Amino acid sequence: MVSGVLDYLWLVPAFPLLGVILNGVLALIAERPFLLKEAGLPPPGGSHGHPSRGNSHATEAPGSHGSGASGPHSAPVYRNVVAFLAPGAVGASFVVALLCVLSLAARPPEGRTFVQILFPWIQSGSFLAPVGFQLDPLSSVMALVVTGVGFLIHVYSVGYMSHERAFARYFVYLNLFMFAMLMLVLANNYLLMFVGWEGVGLCSYLLIGYWYEKQSASDAGKKAFIVNRIGDFGFLLGVFLIFWTFGSVSFTDVFARIPLLRDSGVLTAGMATAITLLLFLGATGKSAQIPLYVWLPDAMEGPTPVSALIHAATMVTAGVYMVARSSALFLLSPDAMSVVAVIGAATAIFSATIGICQTDIKRVLAYSTVSQLGYMFLACGVGAFAAGIFHLMTHAFFKALLFLGSGSVIHALSGEQDMRKMGGVRRYLPVTFVTMFAATLAISGIPGLSGFFSKDEILWQSFSSPHGSPALWFVGALAAGITAFYMFRLVFLTFYGGSRMDPEVEKHVHESPWTMTVPLSILAVLSVAGGWVGIPASLGGDNRFEEWLAPVFRSVAAAGAHGAATGAHPSVSLEFGLMGISVGVALAGIGIAYFLYRLRTSKPAEIARRVPALYDLVYHKYYVDEIYEWAVVRRVVDGSVWLWQMFDALFIDGIVNGIADGVRSAGDRVRRLQAGIVGGYAFSLLAGAVLLVGYILYRSMVP
Amino acid sequence: MIEPPAYLLLSAILFGIGVVGVVARRNILIILMSVEVMLNGVNVAFVAVGSYLGDATGGIFAFMVMTVAAAEAAVGLALLIALYRIRETIDITELKVLKW
Repeated sequence: MVSGVLDYLWLVPAFPLLGVILNGVLALIAERPFLLKEAGLPPPGGSHGHPSRGNSHATEAPGSHGSGASGPHSAPVYRNVVAFLAPGAVGASFVVALLCVLSLAARPPEGRTFVQILFPWIQSGSFLAPVGFQLDPLSSVMALVVTGVGFLIHVYSVGYMSHERAFARYFVYLNLFMFAMLMLVLANNYLLMFVGWEGVGLCSYLLIGYWYEKQSASDAGKKAFIVNRIGDFGFLLGVFLIFWTFGSVSFTDVFARIPLLRDSGVLTAGMATAITLLLFLGATGKSAQIPLYVWLPDAMEGPTPVSALIHAATMVTAGVYMVARSSALFLLSPDAMSVVAVIGAATAIFSATIGICQTDIKRVLAYSTVSQLGYMFLACGVGAFAAGIFHLMTHAFFKALLFLGSGSVIHALSGEQDMRKMGGVRRYLPVTFVTMFAATLAISGIPGLSGFFSKDEILWQSFSSPHGSPALWFVGALAAGITAFYMFRLVFLTFYGGSRMDPEVEKHVHESPWTMTVPLSILAVLSVAGGWVGIPASLGGDNRFEEWLAPVFRSVAAAGAHGAATGAHPSVSLEFGLMGISVGVALAGIGIAYFLYRLRTSKPAEIARRVPALYDLVYHKYYVDEIYEWAVVRRVVDGSVWLWQMFDALFIDGIVNGIADGVRSAGDRVRRLQAGIVGGYAFSLLAGAVLLVGYILYRSMVP
Repeated sequence: MIEPPAYLLLSAILFGIGVVGVVARRNILIILMSVEVMLNGVNVAFVAVGSYLGDATGGIFAFMVMTVAAAEAAVGLALLIALYRIRETIDITELKVLKW
């Protein structure tokens, strides 16, 4: 089959992989010896500490601290090569992805599924898992978001990480992440998707622990990895059940067999519920939903571009993508759909409330991310998969921008992340301020910006779809108001008012270099305009985004037991009414934030004093970490200690040592027989011969 | 003509004398001689049974055993002399270094 450009689809993940190899070689042959020499040889990776070590208030410092040794005058040439190669690889990947998607779009809507099988990977009996890629409207949205936003963040990283010594190592990880993420979204079967799924988890771990000399960073990396492992376990069991039920793991086969298996009674509703809930457990881990969201806020220990790329725009949305990809299965189980919707809504409001009281700028954004991911799951849970993916895309734009903007602030303020020590930064960072303000308006759901269209679509669907309910809508709308409140709190505390910066820090404040401001500006344009592809019909648009995804989800509706979730539109006036309410709620949130953090700046502390118990509860993130520590971590540690002492030390070691002791003491006795007296040996020989002959005679005489 | 059981009895007696000599005596020279007696006891049985069955194989084996015995005696005596030169004794109860 001649497919033109689409035949080069494999290049999309191949370019970042090439980047990994080239940069990896540079990291090993150029950077490692350089760092070792700088550190005075012996400790491998020992003392190339970053400037903020031992600096209690700053959790990261990529900034311009006066550490002369890492200044540009000693920067070796390989850094320039890496700075060109790493973003270049991702940029090339973006171009190929774009061409592939354009070529796909030229086809008629029903023919927009392209599968490219490269080679068989695991083949055993009837089981076949190839390395193959699938480009359809859903994966093309993901591929474009991942490579596009990824490219901008790579460029941004060149500026942001310019003061770091382990420059090549960072970009190796970042390119590896791009490769794994593209494998995840382009895979044509669940098993290959799982490879990407684990790959991005690994890169997340490596990048959270990038500053591994710092205890909190390496702890956060471990926490992310272990919490994700719990979810991955569920995902893997789900894939096993899929193979058991369908006899295949490839998407097209599985979804095509649904009607037949359902009618023949093999695929019961119970089995569908089991499969989808296990898959969703995987999604809660990767996409930081209740109960496995705890790792994401801690993941902010990584460099800020990493937070933007992995922990906001792309990797954490993998769960949403996976649920949307499996939408045909989810639609078979109304129970699982309800679970997804309720968990999504609960996470949205729960983490939004935590965001109110955080003082670390990145943590506010982290809880905001958790909350927005909750929105996406709410959308999936009510059957509005297209709306979920739409929000995924717009969120990738404005949340990446918010993180990069906060990174720009942190960079300018020499690593300061505490909003109580910012204020008035607007004067120094005009570009950062304007772009970040646009993103804040977008996430708050101000009409006309991207976040408005996607968030409103979700709220509308959660109210009107057959799976939705007014309660879900109410929770979602309330969370939207809280979101608007804490985002404007962030903006007011950071950019407005008088300066609360350390005088020493204030002297060095500077706008970021062009490698950082250009990506910010591009993302700002996308944050504003990115939603225009999905303007709903009631506002005079034609919702091209939903139409583009329709082939994926329409075949789903045909295969599923339930009608198209996005089919019925009860009434336009109701839609306008709800839209008005959610905009009103958002404006109210902004108004309260303005009142508390601009007009009566003493008020927040006063409120906190009036309800100390509630404030304490929220400030300490509902003590969830402490509860997990007590209920899970301690139990596991105690159980492991018990197993170690009872089973390992007593039982296993007892068997091994017992056998050794027995053999030794037996040998101790038996060796006495070898006395060196030749007559004795001769006698033993004789006795043995007599016994043997006697036995043979006995056997021959007594049959 | 002497009956076959008589030859076998002679063979067993010779073999038994040899065994007792090997196990009971302390002089290595005597032990080596006892081994020769054992071998010749076996030779008697070979030849007797071969002749009884009208088969030359028994005789051939007897020659074979003699040849091996001659070689063995040569090696054994050489070792004995070498041993005597070092230890000035050929009493096996004196030679018990090789033990645990």
